[in-house]
Amino acid sequence: MIRARDLTKHFKVHKRPPGFANAMRSLVKRTYTVVKAVDGVSFTIERGERVGFLGPNGAGKTTTLKVLAGLLHPTTGEVEVEGHVPFKRQRSMLEKITLVMGQRSQLIWDLPPSETYAMNRAVFDVPHAQFKATLDELTELLELGDLLDKPARQLSLGERMKCELAAALLHRPTTLFLDEPTIGLDVAMQLVIREFVRNYNQRHEATVLLTSHYMDDVVALCPRIIVIDAGKLIHDGDLRALVKTMDPDKRVSFTLTAPATHEELARVGTALGDPVTDLRKGQRITLRVGERDIASAVGHLLGTMRAADLAIEDPPLEEILRVMFGKSRDAREPKP
Amino acid sequence: MSSRTLRAIPTLLRIGVAETVAYRAEFLVWILTTTLPLVMLGLWTSVAEEAPFRGYTGADFIAYYLATLIVRNLTGSWVAWQISEEIRLGSMSMRLLRPIHPFIVFGASHVAAIPFRSLVAVPIAVILLVSSGASTLTHDPLQLALIVPSIILAWIITFSLMFALGSLAFFITKSMALLNIYFGLFSLLSGYLLPLPLMPDWIATIARWAPFRFMLSAPVELMTRNLDAGDLTELLVGQTAWCVACLALALWVWNEGVRRFEAVGG
Repeated sequence: MIRARDLTKHFKVHKRPPGFANAMRSLVKRTYTVVKAVDGVSFTIERGERVGFLGPNGAGKTTTLKVLAGLLHPTTGEVEVEGHVPFKRQRSMLEKITLVMGQRSQLIWDLPPSETYAMNRAVFDVPHAQFKATLDELTELLELGDLLDKPARQLSLGERMKCELAAALLHRPTTLFLDEPTIGLDVAMQLVIREFVRNYNQRHEATVLLTSHYMDDVVALCPRIIVIDAGKLIHDGDLRALVKTMDPDKRVSFTLTAPATHEELARVGTALGDPVTDLRKGQRITLRVGERDIASAVGHLLGTMRAADLAIEDPPLEEILRVMFGKSRDAREPKP
Repeated sequence: MSSRTLRAIPTLLRIGVAETVAYRAEFLVWILTTTLPLVMLGLWTSVAEEAPFRGYTGADFIAYYLATLIVRNLTGSWVAWQISEEIRLGSMSMRLLRPIHPFIVFGASHVAAIPFRSLVAVPIAVILLVSSGASTLTHDPLQLALIVPSIILAWIITFSLMFALGSLAFFITKSMALLNIYFGLFSLLSGYLLPLPLMPDWIATIARWAPFRFMLSAPVELMTRNLDAGDLTELLVGQTAWCVACLALALWVWNEGVRRFEAVGG
């Protein structure tokens, strides 16, 4: 279980305006400002949950993960992970958790990943038989095969990420902090990692807290999301419920099989995306349609307009978040 | 040290060896940059060519600087740069997630590197020392027996001080400037540049009690001078005391520093 109560983390940042004179001045007198990276955040995550941790850049997501993983001392507030106070970094806690950072590597750069794995086996004191079984399982699931004996510096980003995941999971942690684990990966590799994380969570009843800029990762993996902005928690709850509350309308996408008019489309719903001026055959259109009007809209599109490849979806999470962050910013900085 | 940590050490040593061999360019630079004692050797043997210089003959200088070269090669440490760099770039985060103290991990990797880093200099120095300056070397069995323990203590003092200096990067982002001060003091007070008895009295007095002598000069003195019981006691008690003090300092600076760690970068 993970619990944060009134968690704050402040950083003192040296501020210096540009220019030679200011550089000289800063030698004598420095000006510091306090950045509230995390500002009174509280949440509880039960064992086995998969939670998406979302927020714009600089919202405090990574800082929160680092506090939870014991890398940073909180400024104030209480944090508990698997019954431990993380910043004490007791062996019994470190054996239960892992932190994967898409932009940080734990692989020994000039050696093959198999050497990092051997080191992790030794320092986590994993019995040889368990190590072999886990590594075999990870090798199969992540298709590591040939990568194990290639120097880490020669691996592609996707290959390295798979090896990072394996390194992070060899000691079979039950709490996974995943910070942008799919950053820079192609779609196929994102799917592999996503599937792998879901599989691991189900097999080991592991708790997963995931941050990602790819909303597809979050939608596919996390029934619950926690959203923070400017260090403050602005939402904690079920992903579908959030989407329903923020924007209950559906998105209906289809391809025109014959030319249409704007009036015809307006009868069904509101067109989204770039303004469509030319409604020719073959155009792909997305309409926003109220939940109650879906049946009649679909009937009209398929019957009268003979639309093809019709799909009904929830609004994209990106859109919902954009609206949320906009509201949160307006609340912080009210317009005069 | 827990039994789990002890069990991890053979693997850490093996990986340390693999890492040392992988960094070939750095390896070569290390071999070439630890040759300052050879320069000093050339300089002082020519000074003492005609007559002994304050009691030191040419053979004494040869023995002294070759012994210095050996001890320096076996006890040199670069951990301050590693720690400081990892803190500055944020990659220290990954080490902090492992349930083993970085002092042990860095230490094992340094120990594993010693035979490789000494591969060229030490055998040459030993051959030259035994062939050219053997008459000035100690023949006392007790002193001979104490050389290895003394080198181990010198290594622990050096490594711990460098560990503490590197850990200062938790407090001062660019802590490497302090290393220049450290190396200035080390060169002057450890006997690296000049045998300590040749230093002005006031420097020799400071050097006698400062930690630097116990990082280099102590094993060199054991190898090249005939010491009485009082000298031996002073050397070994001094080394042991500084060893305990520097270890405590390294762990204290580290622990205080980790509290301030900002784990920069995403």
